[in-house]
Amino acid sequence: MQGWAWEQAGDSEGEGRLNIAILSGKGGTGKTTISTNLSVITGANYIDCDVEEPNGFIFLKPSQIKREEVKVDYPVVDSSRCTLCGECAKVCQFNALVKTKKDIMLFEKLCHGCHACGIVCKQSALTFGKRIIGTIEEGQYGNLICKRGILNVGEPMAVPVIRRLLKNLPTGTNLIDCAPGTSCNVVSSLQYADGAILVTEPSSFGLHDLKMAVQLVRSFNLPFGVVINKHNTEDDRIQTYCEKENIEILGVIPYRREAAEVYSSGKMIVELPEYKEIFEEIAERLREVFPWNLQ
Amino acid sequence: MELTVISGKGGTGKTTIALALSELVKDAVKADCDVDAPNLYLFYDGRDIRKEYFYGEKKAVIDKKFCSGCNECEKVCQFDAIKDSKVDFFKCEGCGACILVCPHSAISLKEKKTADVYITQTNKGIISRAQMEVGSEGSGKLITMLRSNARKFADGNALIIIDGSPGIGCPVISSITGSDAVLIVTEPTQSGLEDFVRVMELCRHFGVITFACINKYDINEKKAEEIENFCRKNDVYLIGKIPFDDTVMKSIKELKPIVFYEGSKANQAIRQMWDNICKYIKYLNQ
Repeated sequence: MQGWAWEQAGDSEGEGRLNIAILSGKGGTGKTTISTNLSVITGANYIDCDVEEPNGFIFLKPSQIKREEVKVDYPVVDSSRCTLCGECAKVCQFNALVKTKKDIMLFEKLCHGCHACGIVCKQSALTFGKRIIGTIEEGQYGNLICKRGILNVGEPMAVPVIRRLLKNLPTGTNLIDCAPGTSCNVVSSLQYADGAILVTEPSSFGLHDLKMAVQLVRSFNLPFGVVINKHNTEDDRIQTYCEKENIEILGVIPYRREAAEVYSSGKMIVELPEYKEIFEEIAERLREVFPWNLQ
Repeated sequence: MELTVISGKGGTGKTTIALALSELVKDAVKADCDVDAPNLYLFYDGRDIRKEYFYGEKKAVIDKKFCSGCNECEKVCQFDAIKDSKVDFFKCEGCGACILVCPHSAISLKEKKTADVYITQTNKGIISRAQMEVGSEGSGKLITMLRSNARKFADGNALIIIDGSPGIGCPVISSITGSDAVLIVTEPTQSGLEDFVRVMELCRHFGVITFACINKYDINEKKAEEIENFCRKNDVYLIGKIPFDDTVMKSIKELKPIVFYEGSKANQAIRQMWDNICKYIKYLNQ
């Protein structure tokens, strides 16, 4: 079976935490469904890193929400000192600064807040302000801590929000609900993960995108397993692939219209006895493979 | 003309619908801008007629020969990407601030290939697409390149259909800015609704004409109604309601666009929707 060995675990910040990332490649396979329902069943904290479209709180409805703004740096030009030499614009790798005949223009949404412009300015004409690009929220669901990041609409860069969210994770086990895809948003989340659950669905799309996700978690050397969601009995392409690749299948969740309806109204599918049982089995499976202090 | 299909939430049916619409139009060019999960080409037996590399990232590289270990670079890095004169490529954003402070000129930026970019010829026209290196930055510049490639193959008034990515971030912004119209595909779920609201705000923010359709609307007719009301209040043109239809699963399994299934309810609704889009576009152009 795919190595679930503890010594392979990755770069989680500090002791006393076990961070498991839930990712999928393809969107809409059920990352949030698996993360929220597993949190409730296992007593793990829930961390929503899909900051572009964070949906976990719809289902968990945490209480006592605390909020914190996420700010990024941007350069401010003191025009009384600026000689329009244009060095700042030249050094900017992100084309966020443009020198015009009259002034230095900032395209703030392209700015990564790296301070390179400030370093090259000989006149010390640049200082740095802060602007808000999103919010971190933290609340409680029973004993569970629920956190999420929210990217403001119109902001292109989600990574600073994700990094801030993952900086101060609670101790204990954290389930990290990732963004879809396999690019920077997911990579930023995986940097804090000790293991991963890949959620997929039995279709050629699901399989194609699962392969990309497998490649990604393998490049991080993370122990991982697969959950097949929306399963129908006719299609076993995911099982065939996992067997060939020696990947552990942690669980299979059948497709039922009833479950889709429960989900659609923002409720937890573990409210249905059949699904509660399935999630308990998945939790059992996870406990076997992780040294996990679950309730 | 460019029509961009997006959704906010993933898995609502963007690709199915983008593909169906492109099949209903003669000579449509397709651009698969969902570079994280590029599934459009799976439907075709295509031939790649052009391939090029896309260099979308730069990373700092420290030359050990010149490094004295003074750690000035580590101090200046805003992304905690340098520890003990070693660069963490996953954290490095390629800003080059470290280069500016290094007293020994030991650091340089190296370009990294982040995608293979293809023009694929199929029996149903051109697909502009990319295969990203897993774990790379989902850069807006790559999307811009895919759109510009598609434009090169779209003669005159030919329609370009863009299959966008989920979310509201950089790749989505790059696929809607300057597009002639956006079609948001949503689903009647609480998540679908909340994501729809955010992605619609985004379209408004960038001032693009926005259409909406509700896929699988009969899974939860009450939620579908909420979405409809929301559209009405916010002057979004709701141009289609597509029923849940097992044939869609079948079409994905058989890798045949849904418009080829005669009796399919979803097929009929998508055709109706296309008529509506044409009418609106005509009306808006008057």
